[in-house]
Amino acid sequence: MAGNNMTSTEYIQHHLQNMTFGLHPENGWSMAHSAAEAKAMGFWAIHVDTMLWSIGLGVLFLYLFRLVAKRASTGVPTGLQNFVEMMVEFVDNSVRETFHGKSRLIAPLSLTIFCWIFLMNIMDLVPVDFLPVLAQKVGAWFGADPAHVYFKVVPTTDVNATLGMSLSVFALIIFYSIRSKGLSGFIAELTLHPFNTPNKLAQILLIPVNFLLEVVTLLAKPVSLALRLFGNLYAGELIFILIAMVGLWQLPLHFPWAVFHILIITLQAFIFMMLTIVYLSMATEEQH
Amino acid sequence: MNLNLTLIGQAIAFAVFVWFCMKYVWPPVMQALQERQKKIADGLDAASRATRDLELAQEKAEETLRESKEQAQQILEQANKRANQIVEEARDNARAEGERIIEGARSEIDQEINRAKEELRAQVSLLAVAGAERILESSIDEAKHRELVDKLAAEL
Repeated sequence: MAGNNMTSTEYIQHHLQNMTFGLHPENGWSMAHSAAEAKAMGFWAIHVDTMLWSIGLGVLFLYLFRLVAKRASTGVPTGLQNFVEMMVEFVDNSVRETFHGKSRLIAPLSLTIFCWIFLMNIMDLVPVDFLPVLAQKVGAWFGADPAHVYFKVVPTTDVNATLGMSLSVFALIIFYSIRSKGLSGFIAELTLHPFNTPNKLAQILLIPVNFLLEVVTLLAKPVSLALRLFGNLYAGELIFILIAMVGLWQLPLHFPWAVFHILIITLQAFIFMMLTIVYLSMATEEQH
Repeated sequence: MNLNLTLIGQAIAFAVFVWFCMKYVWPPVMQALQERQKKIADGLDAASRATRDLELAQEKAEETLRESKEQAQQILEQANKRANQIVEEARDNARAEGERIIEGARSEIDQEINRAKEELRAQVSLLAVAGAERILESSIDEAKHRELVDKLAAEL
């Protein structure tokens, strides 16, 4: 446990606070020294730890895959190439089974989503105190108060990260809808379903109802996508933190939860990928 | 749990990663995979073709063997026939030759006999004349008795 003079609540809160850099109303552009300061920054703040880890892991993923892609041979694959090809084929098959249109974007998009989210999720398996304490030591080296150095390692436990991705997917959904059905087709889809009637007047009266229902359906997609991933990982992380507070007895508890969490990590990455493919295939095909 | 700029930063990072993956990771790996698939398919194709070729070659070899055996048999038979023929011919020739030789010999013998007879006749006539001369103690006119003596000789 970091800082023995902390209460349990403080410990948990400390672990759940991102390292925030932003525009404070009084202090200007600065690091937030507390949760309250971070909150006061409002929208004009950035979670340094989330960005750092997510970009770092994304670069790691792309570096490894690029390494293989550059010297991909048609002969017998070895080691890393084997693994990369397995991933690529797995994603390619998933896309082929679900998405029937032709798109050069969907498959690499799915691969990126799966691998990136998987890597971000897997940071959850690093014991909860290792990296934050390291960050505190480094912070102290630079003259910061260790108690105010926040460091959240798992980017997917930050709702900004998951929402950032799901909103990008949402933008793609709208883009694909309009591209395959045209703007009028997209609007018709939003307004003329699910209730439609041959009676013109009744149809016009039904438009607001349809629009409300369809917009909720549409908006539910990115929100559910983001919150599902965030919720699962946040809860998992929270349980790791709670287990870490048990003290010496945390080992027998930590191990089964970590093993179980391996499943969640993979599953959530897979679900995010599959749902993205499904949403995009729904966007390109006639739904009703 | 507050929404802030991180969201936009994440979206941008996501977009860049997807772009990079689409541009530099996916195509080469897919290409390699497809090429390998093609290579394997070609290999399997070639293997089955080779098996078929082998079967064909074996069949052909067997046929050739059978044909050549037949041919050899034929040649052998022909040779045997020819040999028999030659022997037959030689035999016939030999027989004819022998007969001819015998014929020649016979005619020669006949000639010899005739000649001997002629000579004998001549000599007998001489002898007879000589004998007669002796007997008569006087020489008879050879020219006068010639016809008589010749007649005598011819009777011999």
